[in-house]
Amino acid sequence: MPAQLKTPLTFQELLFALQTYWAAQGCVLQQPYDVEVGAGTMSPETFLRVLGPKPCKVAYAQPSRRPADGRYGENPNRLFKHTQFQVILKYAGALPDVQALYLKSLEAIGIDLRRHDIKFEEDNWESPTLGAWGIGWQVMLDGLEITQFTYFQQCGGLDLDPISSEITYGLERIAAFLQDVDSIYDIVWARDPETGGAVTYGDMRLQEELQFSVYNFEQADIAKLWAHLDAYESECQALLVGWSALAEGEDKSAARYPLLPAFDLCLKCSHLFNLLDARGAISVTERVGVIARIRNLAVGVAKAYAIQQEAVAAHA
Amino acid sequence: MPEFLLEIGVEEIPARMIAGAQAELARRVEAVLKRERLLGEGAAAVASYSTPRRLAVLVHGVAEKQADAEEHMLGPATKVAFKDGQPTPAAVAFAKKAGVDVSALETLTNAKGEYVTATVKKPGRAAAELLAELLPAEIAGIYWAKSMYWRPGKPERFVRPVRWLVAMLDSEIVPLEFAGIRAGNQSYGHRILYGAAPVRISSPGDYVATLETAFVQADPETRRQKIRKDLDAETRTVPGARWREDEPLVDAVVHLTEWPSSVLGTFEAEHLALPEEVLVTVMRDHQKYFAVEDASGNLAPHFLAVLNTEVGAEGADTIRHGCARVLRARFNDARFFWDADQKISLLQRVEMLRAVTFQKQLGSYFEKTQTNLRIAGALARHVSANGLRVNESDVDRATLLAKADLTAELVKEFTELQGIVGGLYAVVQGEPAAVAQAIYDQYKPAGAEDAGPRSDEGAVIGLADRINTVVDMFAIGLAPTGSKDPFALRRAANGIVRILADHRLPLTLSKLTAIAVEQSQQSKAAERVDDVLQFLRERLTFYLRDVLEFSYDVVNAVLAAGADDVRDAVARGHALTQVRGTEDFVAISGAFKRIKNILAQATAKGDVPAAEIRQDLLTDGAELTLFAQARELSPQVEALRQQRDYAAALDHVATLRPAVDAYFDAVMVMAPDAAVRANRLGLLTQLLADFSRIADFSEMVTAS
Repeated sequence: MPAQLKTPLTFQELLFALQTYWAAQGCVLQQPYDVEVGAGTMSPETFLRVLGPKPCKVAYAQPSRRPADGRYGENPNRLFKHTQFQVILKYAGALPDVQALYLKSLEAIGIDLRRHDIKFEEDNWESPTLGAWGIGWQVMLDGLEITQFTYFQQCGGLDLDPISSEITYGLERIAAFLQDVDSIYDIVWARDPETGGAVTYGDMRLQEELQFSVYNFEQADIAKLWAHLDAYESECQALLVGWSALAEGEDKSAARYPLLPAFDLCLKCSHLFNLLDARGAISVTERVGVIARIRNLAVGVAKAYAIQQEAVAAHA
Repeated sequence: MPEFLLEIGVEEIPARMIAGAQAELARRVEAVLKRERLLGEGAAAVASYSTPRRLAVLVHGVAEKQADAEEHMLGPATKVAFKDGQPTPAAVAFAKKAGVDVSALETLTNAKGEYVTATVKKPGRAAAELLAELLPAEIAGIYWAKSMYWRPGKPERFVRPVRWLVAMLDSEIVPLEFAGIRAGNQSYGHRILYGAAPVRISSPGDYVATLETAFVQADPETRRQKIRKDLDAETRTVPGARWREDEPLVDAVVHLTEWPSSVLGTFEAEHLALPEEVLVTVMRDHQKYFAVEDASGNLAPHFLAVLNTEVGAEGADTIRHGCARVLRARFNDARFFWDADQKISLLQRVEMLRAVTFQKQLGSYFEKTQTNLRIAGALARHVSANGLRVNESDVDRATLLAKADLTAELVKEFTELQGIVGGLYAVVQGEPAAVAQAIYDQYKPAGAEDAGPRSDEGAVIGLADRINTVVDMFAIGLAPTGSKDPFALRRAANGIVRILADHRLPLTLSKLTAIAVEQSQQSKAAERVDDVLQFLRERLTFYLRDVLEFSYDVVNAVLAAGADDVRDAVARGHALTQVRGTEDFVAISGAFKRIKNILAQATAKGDVPAAEIRQDLLTDGAELTLFAQARELSPQVEALRQQRDYAAALDHVATLRPAVDAYFDAVMVMAPDAAVRANRLGLLTQLLADFSRIADFSEMVTAS
């Protein structure tokens, strides 16, 4: 039985609909970040923009890589790389009714809420690697978790003010729900407008899931991964040391100091850590230590970035 | 008398916090009304309500204003205020401050002398004004396990953003303000069924009925009844079926809904091949669905979902279909993990425990398993040598495999199934039934309501695991402090006490601790023995007092006579509870208290009781009678005590009463003759020693 009466959205139409909806709410649409991340939160569009006082509304899709979650394309519900649609709303003034805005977005993707059951269930979010946490809910639609909704309280170890709202949609889950398919790989990604022929999620991504699972679990060279991790870490650290060495009052040079690249290096480390983890190469004792190393980078970048933004604002 | 309504509109409050917050808000509002003398005599009634999006309090019988009051203000000394009968500037200034005429000043004499006073009329303030002033602090003061900021500048925390406030005294708005929101008379209905339009409350008494028209059932108890009725009705569509009672789950869905209804869904019967524990956990913990069983109590391929909406037949079909779809995916995952896990046996997994941290300083679960093995082995040998045979090889095998399931994918996915999964895998992998059962039961009892391990072997491995945790955590300085108990050591110790109380293990708390300390790898374990024992005894006290509900004097009396053998302490507690309050026993308890006092005073004066009682110095008749009776009774009581027939033993003790009463009527213990005195003190000392082995009766409360 179809979940909806009219033809459900294809995967790409789902993305269009969310983009169109949030653009109409004043969000700037950004493209997915082009460094490997485990979640949309790690994109600088979220991690860095939630810091400091500057209001921001941004939305973007973010392919999110979690090597340990790969299943060689054999599990119908689990992916190495899934797609998040991320919305960040930071207001200068009073917080509007973001939940209501969110519920309207569900209508925009063809979900008639009067025919479904929707609940906001407690689910707080925390990322030890990013020094970030927030309070919120998982949004349950007919028993399916379709969204994580978070009011960010801290990021990069910094207390936030104003508070940002983060809405993270799981696009594959929502598409499978809308199209009423049991396997992610059966999702219709796009339909030929002429012939009506369907291109499925499996057509587009199954090979990728299989090959990345093989690489992540079997072939990634552990020694090289460690070497890369060390190299990226030391370069990020060098940049942070350079930032600290900037003399006070050097606001002009502060504005051009490459902290955004430093954050990319930190993201690289995070992804390498995930790869090593999937490879089973990180012992328990090492694990805590490596998380702390990456957290140090993330917190270092966040602190520096917050100061840099003040300097930029002062000279604007 | 007016009615008062306060409603706090909030974004969805976590279900687990709602009941507590609802009660707290009601308490706080009532306390303010009482303190401010705004509650009408007798007639007042406080009702409270909640949904995920609101907390509300409705009070009947609120006074419109406080009664006027008179207050006496103390002024300067009369001799300062009046000179020659004329008011001085001091008197004038005081009268002005008090707002009265100088002629209205009175005098009062206290210990310090005579002073001028003024009677000041304090007009009562209006309820609306007071409530507007005082309630914001009460709202802000509600306890939340976790709260958040949401407004710029972060002026306040609350569980979730506050969206609206309703505060009314009859039809008048009470203009209170919290979190930048001013209270009004507009509430909101169900998000979907009613929409975003405000709902006007015309008067507090209409609150519940008005919200019902907006698809909100504000009373959680009404929702609970509705949910139970709906679940019954839905289940009746399957012949012979029953939904599986689950009070915590009912609680959860009560607090997840404003307008509940239910649907019954179906899953493929092939999933029933998975163990029931796994199926129920997936349904309950992950989906908040109720399980359904057939007439013989077996799980049926159905589930019940409680919805926060009301839909027609078509909508119900859609939702049922969606809910089943999610469940199917979950079951498939569980099936996948189950099959994948079988590729590595529990025995092979023991080695993998090296990679699972138990605690940073204490090492991995592999290391813990090694220590558990030594402790369990020593415990098994000890109890076997002392009269209770346990199968030592089963204990050893179960302890070895007990933690192996921590590496299983199924446990990583459903952590609440640890132990249970190990037990189920042990069965599949051909381990002896007793071993599998002991593994399955290792974390039992999980709480006061939960059953303990079914076998003595299960009891031994549960004890070994817990005492090792407690001793080693104490050894590295991680004993619980105050409300902080991050490693749940109190729960572990409660488990130890429960298991010892339920099983006939010849094992005392000190022996258990000694064995664990002996086997511990921690250098400081031995130093902390007394701390551990004191901690275990606190948990024993807790068990006797709060779980078995013995009165506190029974608990004190019993533990004063011995707090090392849990099962024995429980038996003595039961016996003492039975005789407690009988006339003879109250008298005996009073007498023992008296004996204790006499001996304490004598010791303070330097008198030493005779170690041997000399019969020739027993002069008084009453004294001789008591001596003779005690000598005859003592071995009988002791024999009964040895047989642990405490009820009979205590009955025997009670027969001493006439002799004791007569003794204190006739005999003066502190006789002038030193030898006689010492002899009498000796007799009392003997009496106390002989008859206080079951309980220290002097601890009993005797005053009526």
